Amino acid sequence: MSVTVHLPGLLRADAGGAAHLPVDADPSAVLRDVLDGLVSEHPGLDRRIRDEQGRLRRYVNVFVDAEECRALNGLDTPVPEGTDVRILPSVAGG
Amino acid sequence: MTYLLVIGTRKGLFTATGEDRRTWEVRGPHRLDSADHASMSAVYAVGIDPHSGRILAGAESSHFGPSVWYSDDAGEHWREPGTAPLAFPEDTGASLTRVWQFAFGDVPGVVHAGVEPHALFRSADGGQSFELVRALWDHPHRADWFPGAGGGAVHTILPGVLGCGERSPEAMTVAMSTGGVYQTGDGGASWAPANRGISAVFLPEDEPEYGQCVHKVALAPDGSMYAQNHHGVYRSEHPARDGWQAVEKGLPTNFGFAMVAHPHRPGTALNFPVVSQEVHLPPEHRLGVYRTDDGGGRWLPATEGLPEEPYFGIVLRDAACTDGADSPGFYFGTRSGDVYAADDGGPWHRVAAHLPDVLCVRATEV
Repeated sequence: MSVTVHLPGLLRADAGGAAHLPVDADPSAVLRDVLDGLVSEHPGLDRRIRDEQGRLRRYVNVFVDAEECRALNGLDTPVPEGTDVRILPSVAGG
Repeated sequence: MTYLLVIGTRKGLFTATGEDRRTWEVRGPHRLDSADHASMSAVYAVGIDPHSGRILAGAESSHFGPSVWYSDDAGEHWREPGTAPLAFPEDTGASLTRVWQFAFGDVPGVVHAGVEPHALFRSADGGQSFELVRALWDHPHRADWFPGAGGGAVHTILPGVLGCGERSPEAMTVAMSTGGVYQTGDGGASWAPANRGISAVFLPEDEPEYGQCVHKVALAPDGSMYAQNHHGVYRSEHPARDGWQAVEKGLPTNFGFAMVAHPHRPGTALNFPVVSQEVHLPPEHRLGVYRTDDGGGRWLPATEGLPEEPYFGIVLRDAACTDGADSPGFYFGTRSGDVYAADDGGPWHRVAAHLPDVLCVRATEV
């Protein structure tokens, strides 16, 4: 199956300028698997999104369709076929 | 002679160049990355490699985390290593919060980084990749080290030295908040505290073996050291052998963050007093620098050229330095975004004003 990951402008340089990236994943994939698939193609993105222990950075939000993943099941949130995954810097920071 | 001053601020990296330490061309904030998420980062650590001239910057994006950037052309262009240069191994469960310090020794290419959480890393390739110094991370005291207001970090690294008369490539002195001073004489395989004589006003023991909140240790050219503690100003000729002696006569307070030793005269150092642990403001609301020329026997104001009006910005622990030149210059920046430079013993001249709050400065001849 395929899901689409949408990147904020600040991270597109780490993905060759792409704003939207299709990611192939297993039908049983969770968000962690999708991010793993994303960074396998664009390794420079990983350190921006997750720390070295694989934890989402505090001020990076990842929406699974309309819900921020922390309000669901975090990186273990299921990501079914056709899901839009949006990575956005949070309102904090800057 | 041209001098290069690298200024890390809470919102980006600036540089200043000048021929006479009086007039400066200030540039910045430098673009570390094309998307500018790092360009507006807090820069808590900068280092200028004396062997290669490479500038290292520890930049910390509030959104996208910390990283290390480097420039091999005096700040014109910046690059980031392809993979995260500083990362805790998986088994530690820790993740890098920020880089607090870069230090260079006698061996070209070797760089040490002090980081938060309390840890020391070593690079053998000029700062493009680092490895955790395990013995310090695994130290049995670690469980008792805790963060001060600024965070828990190794912020001082003095390669190759344990004290007067004891230098070797296998030696190193580090300091951390909290935790205090630790030393190794075997290339980092083992570490011992060296805090005798340093107080810890926030602990029940007056002088515990470790746990002090040492804010900065400055190395004098003879191997002796000056320390600014969380209340307490000290000097030691050899911390492990002799302990530390209070050297506060003439200072308006014994609290502060920064300390700079003269690169050629062991008895000379600069100190930047702060009111107290509760009041992080300059004493009497005046920007003040104090200087000793007798090893801390007495400190005198060295304020010529500084503002006379009320001033409220203090000097943070790495926001003061020397360029180490034969006839050295001294530099400091404040949380009010002002940066000053002076010839040795001379008046201060303003390098820049109204920058974001200054977190660190480093200078060199180029």
